[in-house]
Amino acid sequence: MTKLKINGKLVEVDVDSSTPLLWVLREQLGLTGTKYSCGIGLCGSCTVHINGEAVRSCLVPVASLDTSKNVTTIEALSSDNSHPVQQAWKELDVPQCGYCQPGMIMSAAALLNTNADPTDADIDSNVTNICRCGTFNRVRRGIHLAVDIAKRGRS
Amino acid sequence: MKKDIINVSRREFFITSGKVGTGFTLGLYLSGCSDDSAKTSRVVSDVTKVQVASIPKVPEVNAWVMIHTDDSVIIRIARSEMGQGTLTGLAQLVAEELECDWSKVTTEYPTPGQNIVRDNVWGSFATGGSQGIRGSHLYVRKGGAVARHMLIEAAAEKWGVPMTECKAAKSVITHVPSGRTTHYGEVAKAAADLFPPEQIELKDPKDWKLIGQSVKRLDTDDKLNGKQIYGADLTLPGMLNACIKACPVFGGKLKSFDASKVNSMPGVRKVVAVNDVAVAVVADTWWQAKTALDTLPIIWDEGSNVNVTSASIDTMLDEGLTSKDKVFVGNKNGDVNSALKGATKVVEATYRYPYQNHATMEPMNATALWTENKCEVWCPTQNGTAALHAAADAAGLPVEKCDVYKLLLGGGFGRRGAQDYVTQAVSIAKQLPGTPVKLLWTREEDMAQGRYHPITKCKMVGGIDEKGNLTGLHVRISGQSILAGFNRTRNDADMITFQGMLPEGDHEISYSFPNLLVEHAMRNPPVPPGFWRGVNINQNAIYMESFIDELAHASGQDPLAFRRKLMAKHPKNLAVLNAVAEKASWGKPADKGVYRGLAVCNTFASYVAACAEVSVNEKGELKIHRIIAATDPGYAVNPQQIEAQVEGSFVFGLSALLYGECTIKGGAVEQSNFHDYPSMLINEMPKVEVIVMPSGGFWGGIGEPTIAVAAPAVLNAIFAATGKRIRQFPLKGTDLRAG
Repeated sequence: MTKLKINGKLVEVDVDSSTPLLWVLREQLGLTGTKYSCGIGLCGSCTVHINGEAVRSCLVPVASLDTSKNVTTIEALSSDNSHPVQQAWKELDVPQCGYCQPGMIMSAAALLNTNADPTDADIDSNVTNICRCGTFNRVRRGIHLAVDIAKRGRS
Repeated sequence: MKKDIINVSRREFFITSGKVGTGFTLGLYLSGCSDDSAKTSRVVSDVTKVQVASIPKVPEVNAWVMIHTDDSVIIRIARSEMGQGTLTGLAQLVAEELECDWSKVTTEYPTPGQNIVRDNVWGSFATGGSQGIRGSHLYVRKGGAVARHMLIEAAAEKWGVPMTECKAAKSVITHVPSGRTTHYGEVAKAAADLFPPEQIELKDPKDWKLIGQSVKRLDTDDKLNGKQIYGADLTLPGMLNACIKACPVFGGKLKSFDASKVNSMPGVRKVVAVNDVAVAVVADTWWQAKTALDTLPIIWDEGSNVNVTSASIDTMLDEGLTSKDKVFVGNKNGDVNSALKGATKVVEATYRYPYQNHATMEPMNATALWTENKCEVWCPTQNGTAALHAAADAAGLPVEKCDVYKLLLGGGFGRRGAQDYVTQAVSIAKQLPGTPVKLLWTREEDMAQGRYHPITKCKMVGGIDEKGNLTGLHVRISGQSILAGFNRTRNDADMITFQGMLPEGDHEISYSFPNLLVEHAMRNPPVPPGFWRGVNINQNAIYMESFIDELAHASGQDPLAFRRKLMAKHPKNLAVLNAVAEKASWGKPADKGVYRGLAVCNTFASYVAACAEVSVNEKGELKIHRIIAATDPGYAVNPQQIEAQVEGSFVFGLSALLYGECTIKGGAVEQSNFHDYPSMLINEMPKVEVIVMPSGGFWGGIGEPTIAVAAPAVLNAIFAATGKRIRQFPLKGTDLRAG
């Protein structure tokens, strides 16, 4: 049994210790917002936060985790689509097919956790998710808009 | 603008009024993502909080429109949503004529099985060829207009007034002389019992209020929080999971496998052969199935294609560049041979465009439940009807005993027009009667078992006279036919091969040449081809627009001026070209080190052009700064979504130009994942400025046309920057340093 902390809750899962966090989330916990696409950490569709940092969950064996590692998935980014990134994504109609967007949103949110007002260069080097629909320009605008929304929320 | 007046058939009335499927559910079971799901879960069957969509008792005014008492409207959409926005665009078309309150519109998919029961009332479910809106605008607008008519008639009957005295707007019906009002929800039930009108008049486009508006997509909310259930996410009660591997060598078969090596691995339930070409492990979880499949000893009968390589395919195509065997003519006027003989200058160039994979972000998948009497499939598909027939064939059941429940696609791009994964899922489920099985491919399987953008080469020969006029053009395409891939015995021309070079129609050539010959030497390697966003316009536009640029430079002329001389009879093409040239200030210098290139094209019935601005530094590194794009799709239903499609199509087309190539070795694709089949990232994305310039009077495509012009515009800009003409793709590995 492996003890984990997922979206603020303690859970126990009974899986082979080599099972990637991605598949624990999807198949043991029913949190299917975190997507499988490449399985080798290249596309970012499986991005979650571990202690606030963006991590590609397909490369994280569940054995490497314990309850000191707080895993946050897209389902818990907000309870009502109110995270500034979610608001910005809605305002700009960012998603097309949407499959990569949970990962894209989690990458963007993690960037804003450490950098409240990222430059385009910061976005280029931190949001390296693949989107085959090609939403990149709206993703970029969305991150800048999320900064504005967050500032409005604080003021 | 002339109004469309449409007859409403009696037959359709009797079928729709029969209420066969009133308020039928999609039959979807959704896996629970509730807050407490994380507390107690151990294995998938325990965590699954299933809920069956309740069957709403909603009056169906007609096949397209259902209205609740609170005025909320459900609009049925037959085409598949895969990111292109067709769900929203088609709903706008229905709602425009329905005159309903847009803020209360939602959508649902009817099933292809219901479509058969109801005599094809929803028309085509096929979603490809940029057909979603242009192929169904007439009948979906009619669906909305007929429903509006019936709602008004119901209100007029209730009031005992002539319906000509009533009008509707935003779901409110007003009796104009008295000022009385009612709303759609109050009369929907009565309207549902009326006969539809025998004729219906559609609005004049100048009166459109919703068509042409950049309304927001209807399908965004659940895509922001993980609630959107894609096929890969589906969980059914008691469901098992399958991972599959088919013979990587095209045409090869499954010889044997040793299930005893994996039967005792955790979660493994069964190892099954799938149609003699593949083997699948079925387990409690997909990760267990994949882990077991990775260790399963498999022996393939690799068959006769085991020696096919990219080099052998190139040899085959090279032969076709000059052969007289199996050559088809796509466009011809004048006498090109005489023109070339009499030319002052002859320019010749050969281009090559490689195989591409679709690489949808969501790998192929389908979930099937088979019993002796029934087969149900849940899947992302671009063609629900084809999926239904594939399911029935694999199930060994008549289509009447099968149905397909579509889910939103995590990308399609043409790949999900083929239903091979549906066939596989049903074949697996048939070996576990009564148990739902979800088949999900690995990325590696997705790369190995694609329906690849076909490979072609193209030899272009142009003649120029002493005044610099183009006197003749000979285009010889050599390579693969997609249609022949579906029917290996095909012996006639595949006109899709000539996209953008045809004498007329949706893919008409953009220029008038005094002497022209366009030919295709059909050469079909054993790599399964498929429709890939844009299809053959990807390479044909590169061939034509690069070579036009070559001819302009060879004759010492400005590429814009040279094109314009050939476009006098193509005013819509010229208009989009002029629009991008003007916005780019063509003819005036760009920023220091930045160079421009042009491309123009007519494809999928839309007119598109682009001007790219690029720089190449001393290391040979390319930066695409900006692309200005213009599109004339006739009517623009949702301009902001058109802009999204233009940008997206550029990412797809430029990813192929920069990186995309599937190479063949040992009869199999060599690439296996995004490390060797990369896709563009945000840091490479140029600014895109979109000019949407609908000229009216026709309906063109949106999702695909603009992909045509991104790559050639960039290539022509690279030539302007470096003097290098790139004719082999992708660009990776090409030395772009000037000189």
